[in-house]
Amino acid sequence: MKSSRRKTALVLVGAMTVSALTACSSSDDDGGLTPAEASAAADEPVTIQVAIDEGLEQGAIDAFDTRIAEFEEENPNITVERQEYTWVGTTFAADLAGGTLPDVFTVPFTDGRGLIERQQVADISALVDELPYAEAFNPNIAAAGQGPDGGQQAIPIAAYGQAVHYNRGIFTEAGLDPDDPPTTWDEVRAAARTISEKTDATGFAEMTKSNTGGWILTTLVYAMGGRAQTVDGDTTTATIDTPEYREALQYLHDLRWEDDSMGDEFLYDWATSHADFGAGKIGMFVSGGGDYGNLATQNAMNPDDYGVTALPLEGEDGAVLGGGTLAAVNAKATDAEQAAAVRWIDFYYMSKLTDEDAAVADAQATADQGQPVGVPILPVFDQGTEDARREWIADLTNVPLDQFAPYSDRVVDQPLEAEPPVATQDLYAALDPVVQAVLTDEGADVDALLADAQAGVQTLIDRG
Amino acid sequence: MALTTVRTPEAVLRAETPQRGPGRAPRRRTPLTWVRGGGLSTLVLALPLLVVFGLFSWFPIVRAVVMSFQSTNLVTPAEWVGLENFQYVLADPLLPQAATNTLYFALLALVFGYPVPLVAAVLMSEVKRMRGLYAALAYLPVVVPPVVAVLLWKTFYDASDTGVFNTIAGWFGLGPFPWLQDQAWAMPSLVLEATWAAAGGTVIIYLAALTGVPPELYDAAEVDGAGVWRKVWHVTLPQLRGVLFVTFILQIIGTAQVFTEPYLFTGGGPANSTTTILLMIYHYAFGGRGDYGAATALSLMLAVVLAVLSAVYFKLTSRWSS
Repeated sequence: MKSSRRKTALVLVGAMTVSALTACSSSDDDGGLTPAEASAAADEPVTIQVAIDEGLEQGAIDAFDTRIAEFEEENPNITVERQEYTWVGTTFAADLAGGTLPDVFTVPFTDGRGLIERQQVADISALVDELPYAEAFNPNIAAAGQGPDGGQQAIPIAAYGQAVHYNRGIFTEAGLDPDDPPTTWDEVRAAARTISEKTDATGFAEMTKSNTGGWILTTLVYAMGGRAQTVDGDTTTATIDTPEYREALQYLHDLRWEDDSMGDEFLYDWATSHADFGAGKIGMFVSGGGDYGNLATQNAMNPDDYGVTALPLEGEDGAVLGGGTLAAVNAKATDAEQAAAVRWIDFYYMSKLTDEDAAVADAQATADQGQPVGVPILPVFDQGTEDARREWIADLTNVPLDQFAPYSDRVVDQPLEAEPPVATQDLYAALDPVVQAVLTDEGADVDALLADAQAGVQTLIDRG
Repeated sequence: MALTTVRTPEAVLRAETPQRGPGRAPRRRTPLTWVRGGGLSTLVLALPLLVVFGLFSWFPIVRAVVMSFQSTNLVTPAEWVGLENFQYVLADPLLPQAATNTLYFALLALVFGYPVPLVAAVLMSEVKRMRGLYAALAYLPVVVPPVVAVLLWKTFYDASDTGVFNTIAGWFGLGPFPWLQDQAWAMPSLVLEATWAAAGGTVIIYLAALTGVPPELYDAAEVDGAGVWRKVWHVTLPQLRGVLFVTFILQIIGTAQVFTEPYLFTGGGPANSTTTILLMIYHYAFGGRGDYGAATALSLMLAVVLAVLSAVYFKLTSRWSS
């Protein structure tokens, strides 16, 4: 009996092992469509699932459905089904493997290169090449969606530069001029000290958790002239143990320990920092220049208090770290689905950047939802195209543009740099504890921290 | 003089078991006899359980073991990489710190979290009136969803002087304390909340076990002049030792797998001071590149360590607990 049970158990375990192995070996072929395949696939009858933001009100859903109907009229062979979707990095791979990801979805710039490296998005570069504006993308923005061979595997649909957000009400309370925000890092430090001394708010807050510590530290490093990686052919080298990273960390150290202007919270992530900024607890912090929508709609920030200014740049190589959103296609999509997906991206996401009717319709639908319209973004193509778009939607713009001027007037002239191309999130994650150590330990050994981070990130880069 | 023989249980069993031999041919087992003997109905009844258990419990375990020897992103074909994932994890400089943090959490939870439910249960068992109310109050934190509890405590731990705990401390001229914002304070802060959250369940187990302690033992101890402390030491604890041994190893296993508190409170910070093994596994799998090979390799190592620990523990304590 005992041996019979043992045999049964062995058979069960064996069967499950075989199943597990089989599951592991299933996969799709791939390497991207050739132009001939793309052309052949373009007219096949096909159904695709496209992403729509979660939690929209019925009016916005109806507007989306209208766009779907217009698209299907133009493309009778394509049936479009909407699917609620929000980018969540932690569950992306499981969604992809489990088949619950839509065919068209959006991802932040930060994750785009990683997904492309790991072949977790379809290589649609041949299809993108066929688009009339394929050569017109702003090269620094397009880089976020390009593969190692330069092919455009994901399409940038919105872009921003990192910025210093500030609370105009707190500035006024501290005796600072909200119309004349800081333009150098020394001025940022002085303003932070004044805010901490004269108000109850934190002068300057820093995100440190869930990879945001590395992200913002790298933003400072870029602004101070450094970079996080160098790429030479196939070889990528981490450049973390460098004077620029030391300088940026020393800057944070001084704000924290010499000026005591960074408050009591040193474990901010993106959501909590924005919540506290929206609640008027933070005077200044660094984040993406396109964050106003979140602050106004999800964190109930008083629009009158909102201010944003361009990052101070120092040194010859000082640059603004770019960010934005990419539209990508499911790696498991068939050739016909990929072709249809790119047509949808062109129709839904890109036309509102290049076509007046589409831009106005989109702005109207957004305004009807009580969402901000007209937040300045960086040009996905060239400044002329972006200026034209702003002009088309000027009557529907409902954000206080004057308060964006310190950012929008200057950022267009600032050099924009793409994020570190390899293992971006891993690099940021490795730097989180470094920033936290500096902010929670006055005697933190910055040299040792950076040396360890450098070694760790290089190992991750080499692991591929 | 008649000898009295004592029948051992083995002797009884032998006597009552049909013996095979030349005079009694063994019955042939056929599918029909198997069906008539209830084999089919047993199988049918057990099948749903076997399928569900196999599919949702054992299959993922086997899949994880397989993945620990592979490099996979769940989309492209998985590559066999031998022991590379294990080597990578063992060489990760964060592993010793995560292991130390996990042990530190387990130790603090043991020192503070293990005696508290026992003391509370013993005290409650001594109370004659409203014992149910006290038990319900003790159990209440277990009913609160863990995420809600952590978010609640997060506001308590506000490090400013207007935070809840710091305000209370201020009444006594203490603080403000940094709580989660300091590398030394963060882990004890997590243990405090975890103890609050989990103690109720253990209290109920102890209370149930205490009802099984014969009251005459306490009566006898009282006759012998024992006070409360000696009754606890000489009656209660020995009578509860079986339960205590089990809850001890369950606590060790539970604390070795601590995830919710560091994930929600600190994300492993500040400066990795609350990064535990499970948080490391999470970060391997979901933190950036999706390194499922490294995540499953570390999971497997943790499972083996805990299995060995449990086996050794039960071996060592089997004599005491029987």
